Amino acid sequence: MAKEIERAGVPAVHICSIVPISRTVGANRIVPAVAIPHPLGNPAKSGDEERLLRRALVEKALQALETDIEEQTVF
Amino acid sequence: MTETLKAVLYMNQFFGGIGGEDKAGIEPLAKAGAIGPGLLFREFLDPHVEITATVICGDNYFCERMDDAGEAVFLLIEGYAPDLVLAGPAFNAGRYGMACGAVCASVTRRMAIPAVTGMYPHNPGVEAFRKDIYIVETKGSVAGMRDGVASMSRLALKLARGEPIGTPEEEGYIPRGLRRNYFASETGASRAVTSLLNKLKGKSFITEYAMPVFDRVKPVLPVKSTGEITIALITSGGIVPKGNPDRVESSSATRYGRYDINGLARLAPETHETVHGGYDQTYANEDPNRVLPLDAVRDLEREGRIGRLYPYYYATVGNGTSVANAGRFAREIARELVRDGVQAVIITST
Repeated sequence: MAKEIERAGVPAVHICSIVPISRTVGANRIVPAVAIPHPLGNPAKSGDEERLLRRALVEKALQALETDIEEQTVF
Repeated sequence: MTETLKAVLYMNQFFGGIGGEDKAGIEPLAKAGAIGPGLLFREFLDPHVEITATVICGDNYFCERMDDAGEAVFLLIEGYAPDLVLAGPAFNAGRYGMACGAVCASVTRRMAIPAVTGMYPHNPGVEAFRKDIYIVETKGSVAGMRDGVASMSRLALKLARGEPIGTPEEEGYIPRGLRRNYFASETGASRAVTSLLNKLKGKSFITEYAMPVFDRVKPVLPVKSTGEITIALITSGGIVPKGNPDRVESSSATRYGRYDINGLARLAPETHETVHGGYDQTYANEDPNRVLPLDAVRDLEREGRIGRLYPYYYATVGNGTSVANAGRFAREIARELVRDGVQAVIITST
């Protein structure tokens, strides 16, 4: 999906748990996530820590959208 | 009579009899003998091959740390000193396919013994590993178990005995992109003209040099500052309003939904849930922001790090969903986003 969105001219970042699949399918901007059943969270952490973790991942994704890249890049 | 060969099987938590998605995080372990589909393998391999052990690893455990998990699985397999390794078949299960592909690739490379797996052609494990290993083509679901196991067994036996391996069509494996020289009865010029004539007549012909398909998109230019633009959220993690109004399928999705989040500060378990059938839903249902991070995005919007969040998000289920369908969803979504002035997209996947 990330590839098709970029094909339409809109930068897209893929936050995903299995980076090799994202690479194989062709996403350009990839941010590795935490785990498959909770990509943007971690139930083992406290509520506050978990929110910070999520915020940090989204911020990393925003940076990826602001970064000029030549090829597929894992941030 | 030749001596009996020793085989080790690789399976995920499900086929290894450990459990479903709730057990997808289990570490690699080995069990003696054949279990699950191993019994079927035994039917095809007896009496030439003895299955000495089955190595099992949870799909999530493997895919969340492919290098470390691959090493641990490899060491377990190596400990049995097998003559061949059979992994899967994984059908259209993406995580399982990635794991089977990685296991076969490391066994082939490091032990120099045959390793064979089986997958549906759209499994992401195929594109990732087909050049390195033999992947037998199977159906998309477990209904293809018997045929898949039969083809895998046949090919593995041939490889283990050092017999010549035929073309992908003859042997039933997915083309690896290898070319082998042979003496043909007709010269290349004559074959080329015959092919061309068939093509001009609209008849079928088989190319001798298939062009690789590289479907890549050149990265588009970045945005200058996300604080000045509208951003949209998409997820393949199946987060939908409670009750799943669009009936998005829990696997092999043919649909996606567009959902209003205007004025919504965060997703709550009372209002949203996941319908994804390919992972343990416990954590996503407890807090759907763990898959679609609306709360964090709203915080960043309030602080000016994001200009504006598009008032709708899109959701589908990426579980055995074909790349063709996912591509179609994204093209349709992109048209709406471009029309509405969205300038960047965050996609989240489980």
